[in-house]
Amino acid sequence: MSDWPTRTATQIAAAVAAGEVSAVEVVEATLSRIAVLDPRIGAFTDVVAGRARAAAAEIDLRRAQGKPLGPLAGVPFAVKNLFDIEGLPTRAGSRINRDRAPAERDATAVRRLEEAGAVLVGGLNMGEFAYDFTGENATDGPSRNPHDLTRMTGGSSGGSGAAVAGGLAPLALATDTNGSVRVPAALCGVFGLKPTYGRLSRGGVFPFVYHLDHVGPIARSAADLALAYDALQGPADGDAAVASRPLEPTFPGIEDGIGGLRIATLGGHFATGGEREAFEAVRLVAGALGAERSIEFPEAARARAAAFVITAAEGSALHLERLRSRPQDFDPAVRTRLIAGAAVPAAFLAQAHRLRRWFADAVAKVFEEVDVVLAPATPCRAPRLGQTTFELNGETVLVRPNLGFYTQPISFIGLPAACVPVWLDDGLPLGVQIIAEPWREDRVLRVARALERAGVVAAPIAALA
Amino acid sequence: MVEAPPRLTDEALEAHLDAATTLLGLRMDADDRASTLAHLRATMEAARFVAAFPLDDAVQPAPIFRP
Repeated sequence: MSDWPTRTATQIAAAVAAGEVSAVEVVEATLSRIAVLDPRIGAFTDVVAGRARAAAAEIDLRRAQGKPLGPLAGVPFAVKNLFDIEGLPTRAGSRINRDRAPAERDATAVRRLEEAGAVLVGGLNMGEFAYDFTGENATDGPSRNPHDLTRMTGGSSGGSGAAVAGGLAPLALATDTNGSVRVPAALCGVFGLKPTYGRLSRGGVFPFVYHLDHVGPIARSAADLALAYDALQGPADGDAAVASRPLEPTFPGIEDGIGGLRIATLGGHFATGGEREAFEAVRLVAGALGAERSIEFPEAARARAAAFVITAAEGSALHLERLRSRPQDFDPAVRTRLIAGAAVPAAFLAQAHRLRRWFADAVAKVFEEVDVVLAPATPCRAPRLGQTTFELNGETVLVRPNLGFYTQPISFIGLPAACVPVWLDDGLPLGVQIIAEPWREDRVLRVARALERAGVVAAPIAALA
Repeated sequence: MVEAPPRLTDEALEAHLDAATTLLGLRMDADDRASTLAHLRATMEAARFVAAFPLDDAVQPAPIFRP
């Protein structure tokens, strides 16, 4: 089997641009690898082979004609199946949505990656309606962690983490409402970026919680995240929350290093509750960065609680009519959470939104003293498939709502955060969040790249043979 | 800090869930009841934790949130 699918996006784009390999060869090798390996992984729900072949041939033609190629020319990518793909119903991981009419056009993010030359190869498995941190799916089956097929990928972007870790695509699109980019990136040992809230358009993305949903890439290197993130920036295009900002490319400065950055580890909420190794991973990263200081986000636990409440109430409101008309077609594990969320009194929801403003202002003051902060991504390594509970803060709690213990307070106020993969031993990976103040994705990615260059973080392809 | 609200009893939770599902027109199977109540308890405890934090009246929610 050709090893092109297991190269990074940056390597593939450079090779295609230089004529070392054709886009068609890369795409054919990718489709072959998906066909051979995905039945064991469960990352893909749709493969758009014809479309991919045609797009790759077009790129090769452009090159032959001497026309300019985009920065992601010939790079295969796949998208969580809540991104619209023209001609397919947008499943959003659900049984119900597959009865929808096929999407009439691609999601904005899909179009932007294609405009940069990337080649869509398919749609990816996910937790039902994104209300999930496990990557399990009652209808499509679980996405399996490529590094241990008996373990969870994490979710809800489970197929995105699995596809990249398994070398089925060097680049995947995901979404993150409470941690759904960062949790699967952490458990699958790959890089993920959740940009600032309002930075990337969610046009053509099936919603979950309007006030918290973000779009972001998952890849196998920091440079790949930067290339994808830069290509994804642009006008609002169907998303009223997108801020009016100029393009702020991060790729050109990705090698700038950490000089001048004040970096600290988050204490308090982010230093308690999880397993010892989650904090070991943070210590390893902090040590490599020379980050000796610890700092706290005040009321982070309450911030997480508020994100929990907003998600429950607003996610339930979105699905209320479906809960009335087709309750039997939901995954029971999702249905009962949504029914509970529908019963949240409005006064509590309003208070949670006000706490969001308060917390954002309090955290902004913290960022007067530091530029980047570090925190665990998950409290533990990948749980077993089917595992329903784990230990958190000495208590037995449900996996599905609680793997985002450390990610929720960050996305709650829309801070940009990368998740970088740490391998403490021969076991499964852990993720560390690199977090900055709003709109400073450049800093997050510079730190991720510096760690990669120092050999502290890496995203090896799973040994699937 | 405002005074903690009274303990969330099983009876209060069940009464609230039954009233809310009735008002919202939601059916709930008997098999779902225990799980739904457990999620409602977790969510209400989170909500009460949030609501127990004193916020100045001037603190505003944002229709379009800007971080």
